Amino acid sequence: MRGENVYRFKIFRYDPSERESGPYFQTYDVRVEPGLTVLMVLLRIRDEIDGTLAFRSSCRSAVCGSCAMVINGKIDLACRTQVSKFDEKTIILEPLPNLDIIKDLVVDMTPFWRMYERVKPYLIRKTPSPQKELPQSEEERKRIDQFVNCILCASCYSACPVVARDPEYLGPHAFAKLERFISDSRDERPLSDLLEFDNPHGLWGCDTVLKCIEACPKNVRPTDSIVNLRKRLIKLRLFGKDRK
Amino acid sequence: MIEHEVIIVGGGLAGLRAAVGLCEKYDVGLISKVYPLRSHSVAAQGGINASLGNHPEGRDDSWEKHMFDTVKGSDYLADQHAVEIMCKDAPRAIYELEHWGCPFSRFPDGSIAQRPFGGAGFPRTCYSADLTGHVLLHTLFERAISKRLKVYPEWYVFALVSDGITCHGVIAFDLLTGEIVPCAAKAVLFATGGYGRVYYYSTNALINTGSGIGIAYRAGVPLKDMEFVQFHPTGLVGTNILMTEACRGEGGYLINRLGERFMEKYAPIAMELAPRDIVSRSIQTEIEEGRGFDHPHGKYVLLDLRHLGEKKIMERLPGIRSICLDFLGIDPVYEPIPVMPCQHYSMGGIDTNEKCETALRNFFAAGECACVSVHGANRLGGNSLLETVVFGKIASESISEYLCGNEVKPDRGLLLEEKKRLEKKIERLMNGEGEKASKIQVELSKTMSEYVGIFRTEEQLKFALTKIMELKERYKNVKVSSRRRAFNYELTGALELEFMLDVAHTIALGAYLRKESRGAHFRRDWEKRDDKNWLKHTVFKFNEDGEPEVSYKDVIITRFEPVERVY
Ligand SMILES: Cc1cc2nc3c(=O)[nH]c(=O)nc-3n(C[C@H](O)[C@H](O)[C@H](O)COP(=O)(O)OP(=O)(O)OC[C@H]3O[C@@H](n4cnc5c(N)ncnc54)[C@H](O)[C@@H]3O)c2cc1C
Ligand code: SF4
Ligand code: FES
Repeated sequence: MRGENVYRFKIFRYDPSERESGPYFQTYDVRVEPGLTVLMVLLRIRDEIDGTLAFRSSCRSAVCGSCAMVINGKIDLACRTQVSKFDEKTIILEPLPNLDIIKDLVVDMTPFWRMYERVKPYLIRKTPSPQKELPQSEEERKRIDQFVNCILCASCYSACPVVARDPEYLGPHAFAKLERFISDSRDERPLSDLLEFDNPHGLWGCDTVLKCIEACPKNVRPTDSIVNLRKRLIKLRLFGKDRK
Repeated sequence: MIEHEVIIVGGGLAGLRAAVGLCEKYDVGLISKVYPLRSHSVAAQGGINASLGNHPEGRDDSWEKHMFDTVKGSDYLADQHAVEIMCKDAPRAIYELEHWGCPFSRFPDGSIAQRPFGGAGFPRTCYSADLTGHVLLHTLFERAISKRLKVYPEWYVFALVSDGITCHGVIAFDLLTGEIVPCAAKAVLFATGGYGRVYYYSTNALINTGSGIGIAYRAGVPLKDMEFVQFHPTGLVGTNILMTEACRGEGGYLINRLGERFMEKYAPIAMELAPRDIVSRSIQTEIEEGRGFDHPHGKYVLLDLRHLGEKKIMERLPGIRSICLDFLGIDPVYEPIPVMPCQHYSMGGIDTNEKCETALRNFFAAGECACVSVHGANRLGGNSLLETVVFGKIASESISEYLCGNEVKPDRGLLLEEKKRLEKKIERLMNGEGEKASKIQVELSKTMSEYVGIFRTEEQLKFALTKIMELKERYKNVKVSSRRRAFNYELTGALELEFMLDVAHTIALGAYLRKESRGAHFRRDWEKRDDKNWLKHTVFKFNEDGEPEVSYKDVIITRFEPVERVY
């Protein structure tokens, strides 16, 4: 089956229970009509050709963060990637790097979540809350906007060269989350919380090569958060002020 | 075997809200077939209703007005005492979420921003741009993390274990290992979401199979009002991704092929902001009468935002813009969006009362999988996010109350028996040659979209019922080609299909029996609402032959006598 709209998908396959065979690429030829996304092709392959293929998906609309993978060498969400956007007719799909492979395109996200939890990813308040909302100006709300948009898809984590060489490095997503809370006008955590990350596995690990920004499908700029957090840390060291 | 005092199935808004309310006091385990943040709640766009009165034009808003809009929107099928509870509690629920960190959009005075939504007399929908579900789900998940909730992600529940009077736990399938794990509990809460994928054209996430509803039904728990299915007027052509009602709330127009703003014919006052059932029927009528456009993936009309201007679109509807760019390659700042009505919401579900209790003693349900009923025959936009957090909290209180007053001992033997049954079933599915589940699912969902859709007739519904029976028969011969259990989505798909068939069956049957038009249920052969005969809830019970047994139940009317619904 080769013709006008037939694309060749080369998909990374690996099943740890069949260790002898090792990872390999399997080829599927699929007819693609305009508008079809990589995720829809994967679903079609699983439904119609090969039920053994494993990959994650849920929202199919680029909001849940399930389906990040490497598509023709670039990390992106399979559900928002149109097949027809590629000039070549061969599309190679691989699992996210920097995470262990569970099966085919499914990776073990445990380290990613562990790092996320380490930054205390929740609003911390000390003063009692009023009966109504805590006021926040439009300006203050805007400040956290880009970090709020993070869908925790792990694209940045997988693209990060520091994570690749240092598995104990916290990772771009965790810093983006920390910045989301520290710069929230309502959050009251002591700035000294940052001291935990005042080391090479923390804020000083980043090479600022911006790979995370490039990989993020949601226009979050984790490097911005790292730069901001470093500034706060330096201020804290210089002036010893434990206030934001 | 795992054991917890409380097991919650579902990591969406309803499940997480309940968990947050319980996990400091009780030993709670939350099971979800996807990591909680991947739940469908994350996709909600437009907003959540509460009569805060923050909007300059909404200062006079009150919970009574919110209640009235909800009851009227429901075409008087909602149980009014439950609507009252929800609308009264709404402001508290919003403030609570805000105090937990939810980043709502703000008005210049620093208060939570509110926008107009369909069917509402006041602008009372609180939002965060067009990513409201995302911020709410992340906030509740963050709260759950801060309380160290125990989560079992990527575990599928496939059975509710009951002795007919009390429930003893659930049976889950651990996707990672492929193991079947009995889970014993003193109380179980289902917060498993809606059944959108029973329809072919649906705005719902791919995981919304409605299996939770089917599992409860098979365990003997009655379902309610299944025939009421909401069709959202504006799903993107092709992928059916939702274009939020906020597009119209912010001032968007609906336009047909002749360039007319056709809503003036159907709802001259509310126009594009009439309730969803009315707007969906209007679009469908335009399309059927030849005033729509053609597309290989269905006929459509246009949603025009261009006159809102770039600034407003970028500020209030940034998610909509990026969806249009990513999925259609069009920019709504310059081009109108092609939209069609799609299945969107499940008004019906597991029959519960206002305390989230079901007919099974220690089994509770909340959120979209439950039918309290606060939405009646038609849900208003912004009310279902509200339902998840209000009733998620109520569920936690009811469970707490139940555990305080009752000594419960889950029956391990019963759980192990049920596990054995499931093992056998999986073995059967994985042995030999047969039909693929996915093929049956496509046929089922196409049947539902075509014959149990926006407009219904007796003939169509009869056809759908026959087809569903045929598919149920064929299901017996379904086989899974993939032999290894771990991360076998083909297997989980095949197991879920059985529940989808049951759910579809009750929807079609309820629609067939209900000889009137009310809210989202519109019968071409019975176009009028008939309060004399049909002001009642439909109740479905799984009987011994595996067929639905139907009965009816009174609607609770406290404040607002049914009158004709005009917009
Ligand atoms: C695109 C879209 C936009 C929407 N926008 C709005 C809006 O603006 N305002 C509004 O009020 N409402 C909106 N809604 C409706 C609203 O989002 C949903 O009704 C609500 O989020 C449902 O929440 P829930 O917690 O009940 O279920 P869900 O969020 O669907 O969560 C269900 C959970 O159950 C788990 N689960 C299901 N079955 C099983 C099983 N068998 N085993 C284990 N786990 C299982 C899932 O993993 C998931 O965690 C929208 C709906 C859609 C489709
Ligand atoms: S910052 Fe971007 S790439 Fe990283 S997890 Fe969040 S959304 Fe994904
Ligand atoms: S499926 Fe949700 S982000 Fe792709």
